[in-house]
Amino acid sequence: MAEKVLEAVGINKYFYDPVKFQVLNEVTFSVTHGEFVSVVGKSGCGKSTLLYILSTMDTDYEGQLYLDGELMSERTPKQLAQIRNEKIGFVFQFHYLIQEFSVLRNVMLPGIKLGRYSMAEVEHRAMGYLKTLGVDDQALKMPNQLSGGQKQRVAIARALINDPVLIMGDEPTGNLDKKNSDIVFDIFQELCQEKKQTLLIVSHDPDFAQRTDRVIEMEDGRIINM
Amino acid sequence: MNVKLILNIAVGLLRARMRQSIVAAAGVTFGIGMFIALVSFMNGLNQLLDGLVLNRLPHVRLYNEIKPTPVQAVERAAKYAGHEHFIRSVKPKDRGKEIYNSQAIIKAIQADPRVVGVAPKAITQVFYNTGTIEMGGVIDGIDVATEDRLFSLSDYIIEGNLQDLATVSNSIILGKGIAEKMMLDLGDVIRVTAPTGQQGTLKVVGVVQLGIMEIDNIQSFASIETVQKLLGQPSAYLTDIQVNLTDLNLAPATAKEYAALYGLEATDIQTANSQFETGSNIRSIISYAVGITLLIVAGFGIYNILNMMIYEKMDAIAILKATGFSATDVQYIFLALSMIIGIAGGVMGLLLGYGISVVIDNLPFKTESLPTIDTYPVYFNPVYYMIGISFALVTTYFAGLFPARKASKTDPVSIIRGK
Repeated sequence: MAEKVLEAVGINKYFYDPVKFQVLNEVTFSVTHGEFVSVVGKSGCGKSTLLYILSTMDTDYEGQLYLDGELMSERTPKQLAQIRNEKIGFVFQFHYLIQEFSVLRNVMLPGIKLGRYSMAEVEHRAMGYLKTLGVDDQALKMPNQLSGGQKQRVAIARALINDPVLIMGDEPTGNLDKKNSDIVFDIFQELCQEKKQTLLIVSHDPDFAQRTDRVIEMEDGRIINM
Repeated sequence: MNVKLILNIAVGLLRARMRQSIVAAAGVTFGIGMFIALVSFMNGLNQLLDGLVLNRLPHVRLYNEIKPTPVQAVERAAKYAGHEHFIRSVKPKDRGKEIYNSQAIIKAIQADPRVVGVAPKAITQVFYNTGTIEMGGVIDGIDVATEDRLFSLSDYIIEGNLQDLATVSNSIILGKGIAEKMMLDLGDVIRVTAPTGQQGTLKVVGVVQLGIMEIDNIQSFASIETVQKLLGQPSAYLTDIQVNLTDLNLAPATAKEYAALYGLEATDIQTANSQFETGSNIRSIISYAVGITLLIVAGFGIYNILNMMIYEKMDAIAILKATGFSATDVQYIFLALSMIIGIAGGVMGLLLGYGISVVIDNLPFKTESLPTIDTYPVYFNPVYYMIGISFALVTTYFAGLFPARKASKTDPVSIIRGK
């Protein structure tokens, strides 16, 4: 039995504005190492809310969350930031590249923050990932000179820079056309198969979801199928 | 905490808003530059104005005053002890202006470690005579070398040479007003009449301008010996003993002590000229208030720009937080941003302030009453530069603190989900 990278136990989440409303209801599931999992559901079913709780960015919930075997609830925001830096890579619907820095610098930022490798090494690694994703020729350009698909690939490279135990995605192909969506999906699949990278991707695109190893289906704050 | 990385990100964000950043820094530069120029100029003026009067004044002055005897004869009579005394028409007793035993007193004061120098003086009132016209005035008989050392009298000599007073016998340096009215020049001869009726003929060796017209119209200088000769007094005759101390603030206490010790009247510089200090203080307060206002306005400029920048950079803040920068890191990034503006603007401000000071210092400023001044006075004091840069740093720190805290509290989820 492979080790559990992520485990959620009895997660409840409420919204209080304008009235108390339960978004997540006793969500319990786990992701094992090397799995490519997608979370699907209709708009408003709570899948994104769940993702942000799992990502440790949202701390206002009930229940236990284990990442890499460690309990995440009850940690200080500073510790959580450190954990996000080290163990989680993010890919969002929007690329969120910082406009003032070059592509290479954007990829390097989380690596420099972590400080595990020297500057030269971080740069070398960043170039390596950019090459894997086929955008190494864009490394010294500014983000606004890149196409949407290229930006998203750079964002994936940024997510990979610290060798995270888990990559999380919130509709990473949501803004892309079919061709670029396929490229991004292929990249994810390759990462999963070749590097045993664990992935947890929220998507409302059924095509995308069906091609993943495992689909978690949500409805009205509950997991109905997994 | 990775200082280099934080600075790097701050600089990157700053570069994106280069124009606004420069405007913000220019605000600080202008504020500090003006503050320094203003304070330096104001204090230069203060020193000039104070110096005009204070430098010419001894810290402690000992003299005899014409006043009634404090203890009247009837009070000494045993017969009337315990009675009420009613004495009408008490007249002041003229003990003469001469200080008795002056040489011994001077020697004793010179031995005092608090004393920098003692300048004796024989002052007399005179009439300057020209034709049938008589003009009232005063001649100060001075010890030329000491007077110049303590009160830099030679700075005020506009024609001739102060040293000639000591070397040329029966010589006089006239006040500018007198010289002009009596149409006298160097080498001319003036007749003066002492209160005792004696007349003397003195050779004009110089013209002095102390910068206060009323004084320049009556005041002349001669050597002590010349005045003694004019009055027909022996060489021990002195009317004033002027004392300069190592520390100006000791003057009141020392004056009291000497007055009691030598049985003379003594005035100290503070009591005699309290209005000067008040004026200087008020001028300083005004210049500081204006300077600090400028800096606070610059601070608001920085606050505005950072606030705007934070709204523009919400995405960057969100992704930084998502990829592992803590709230503190984000706060430091924006604080660093503000401080970079503050330091850059501040250093430029120091240079600007120095530049303006130098320009003011070289602007010609000629005035009749101030013979020693050619340019506007500026007081270059490193303390003002220290105050300026410290205040710039404090202002920009606080201007940056509030936006930085706002940035650090930004919830990345709400931004990312909002897209």
